[in-house]
Amino acid sequence: MAVTTGLQPARWRRRKRGKASARARSPEDEPSRPSPTAFEEPPVDIAPQDPLLAYLQSEPEPVDLRRLRLDSPALEALRDAGVELVVPLVAHGEVVGVLNLGPRLSEQEYSAEDKRLLARLASQAAPALRVAQLVREQEAEVRRRERFQQEMHLVQLIQQNFLPQQLPEVDGWELDALYRPAQEVGGDFYDVIELEDGQLGLLVADVTDKGVAAGFVMASARSILRAAVQRLVEPGAVLERANDQLHPDMPPNMFVTCLYGVLEPDTGRFRFANAGHNLPCVQTGDGAVEIRATGMPLGLMPAMDYEQAEVTVEPGRALLLYSDAIPEAHAPDGEMFSFGRLIDTVGEGPTSAALIPHVLDTLAGFTGEGWEQEDDITVVAACRSAAGRPGRASTPGSSQRHDPGRRELDRFAVPDDAPDERAATERVGTAVGGLDMDPRRLDNLRTAVAEAVMNAVEHGNAGRADLTVSVRVAASDRDVVVEVTDQGAGDPLPDTVVEPDLDAKLRGAQSPRGWGLFLIRELLDDLQIQRTDGGNTVSLVLDRNGGSDA
Amino acid sequence: MPELELTIRHDDGVLVLDLHGDLDGGATDQMKQAQTTAAEVAPRVLVLNFADLGYMNSTGIALIVGVLAEARRLGSDVRVCGLSDHYRHIFEITRLADFVSFHLDEGEAVDNQHTPAS
Repeated sequence: MAVTTGLQPARWRRRKRGKASARARSPEDEPSRPSPTAFEEPPVDIAPQDPLLAYLQSEPEPVDLRRLRLDSPALEALRDAGVELVVPLVAHGEVVGVLNLGPRLSEQEYSAEDKRLLARLASQAAPALRVAQLVREQEAEVRRRERFQQEMHLVQLIQQNFLPQQLPEVDGWELDALYRPAQEVGGDFYDVIELEDGQLGLLVADVTDKGVAAGFVMASARSILRAAVQRLVEPGAVLERANDQLHPDMPPNMFVTCLYGVLEPDTGRFRFANAGHNLPCVQTGDGAVEIRATGMPLGLMPAMDYEQAEVTVEPGRALLLYSDAIPEAHAPDGEMFSFGRLIDTVGEGPTSAALIPHVLDTLAGFTGEGWEQEDDITVVAACRSAAGRPGRASTPGSSQRHDPGRRELDRFAVPDDAPDERAATERVGTAVGGLDMDPRRLDNLRTAVAEAVMNAVEHGNAGRADLTVSVRVAASDRDVVVEVTDQGAGDPLPDTVVEPDLDAKLRGAQSPRGWGLFLIRELLDDLQIQRTDGGNTVSLVLDRNGGSDA
Repeated sequence: MPELELTIRHDDGVLVLDLHGDLDGGATDQMKQAQTTAAEVAPRVLVLNFADLGYMNSTGIALIVGVLAEARRLGSDVRVCGLSDHYRHIFEITRLADFVSFHLDEGEAVDNQHTPAS
């Protein structure tokens, strides 16, 4: 039977369940290879509302077009293309395609036997065709998603490069900062800028909206603010200049809220101006207070004035700048964390770099497990040492914290009054859950985290209930790092990790304990120990792509 | 976390310790009890059955070291069964593996004619 000469694939794609589409295929759907069969006639598309489609749906049998009477553009087109017989391909009650046949080579009509054979062929081909269509749609969707993710990842990398890679060292102060995007590309940013005369510019900003556009506005705002900070002394003048420069090019419906202030490390004086941002929060020894200054967000209107205010951070107290994701986070019952709760949390929190983990941990306790972060979280803390005990700002550990190549996945505090290394381990496990790591390596990481947390609680903090252990989880494409930091109340960690002498332990000549650090070292690809005045940080590093098969 | 439930069985010179739950600091008393029992019965074979082990940390390793030290003093043959790949890896890292033989299950561990699982 000479069916192949006239065989055409129906150019239908399902757009929605129950509808066959006659639109041309988009390039994504069409692989860049030639069609498996070459045809002389162009394919005929049947529009979804064409009566022919309804007819084929109701009569899923081979149809002789010469005898068909229908007011149908598709019917005309098929006849023009020399098609005599169409055989609908029906899967699950829907026409998913048609076989178009031209005249037989023998010039005889299609017999009843031919039609039966074609009907049987169609009944077998239709489900296969539907499966192929679904596979193709799925492949196209996967490709689309992959490309989107690649683009987002690239923008995210660019954006992270705009954040300070290392915080400056300031005698008598501990600085800490955190940026955790809610989406892959967020609109928050912070900056810490060393100014003349040893002063320090602190900045937290929030671009409305999210995604790539917000990322670009963030980049532009950061450059403009940085330039303004270098030229102008007073925070109000910096925001005025930045507003005037941002305003002409700001996309519609977008603006930037920003708090910028100058800290004098010697006196603790912080003078600042505010462009519609959250107010700075300062510990007073009897809680914490917000200091008010007002002004319009940047980019909304030209020629704005920005009120300036100031506050002094006393020795042993801390200053916190933050974006609104924290006060506006919701508990499962819909209650908001609120500014009041944040001020209370800061007021009762530690006066050291443990302040940010304390705030985040309190927030996590409020929002509960499984909270999906609603907005970017950005926090900058400047903690002034108590008199007579100058602190250090940038330890090797803290510089690693700001490695732009690594994205922070989680950060939390382990309270010493309820030290549970397993809860910490589970939380780290959840944080790295999306990284698709080898399960054996994940087990190694879990055990190492448990050991590091136990060490920090028992030895680093000497088991003191008033001290906390903070844990930070970050990952790059290359590795995963878990930093476990204690507050250094106990003996400092050893410089080198030695293998325990098992024979001596079995003889009873040594304590059977003392395996923690050794296990960590053996289970991971790298172990770094940093000791500072403020405590020990143990950094656990595991290569994501194999590494030593620990 | 599930505290360790330790079952101690003794039969014909074979002392079997079934460890159900977590082997960590919370298991200290039970493991000390196991040591005491071992010292009393001086078994020919000591089987540590880890088939129901949940979690183990370095404190748990120290407790095993204590049991191994006792077994060594008594001249008992220590056999380990039911250990997961991860904790077996830890036995190897810590060299505990040098002082025990590994077996798939208790039956294989008790049957001293059987070749230990590699």
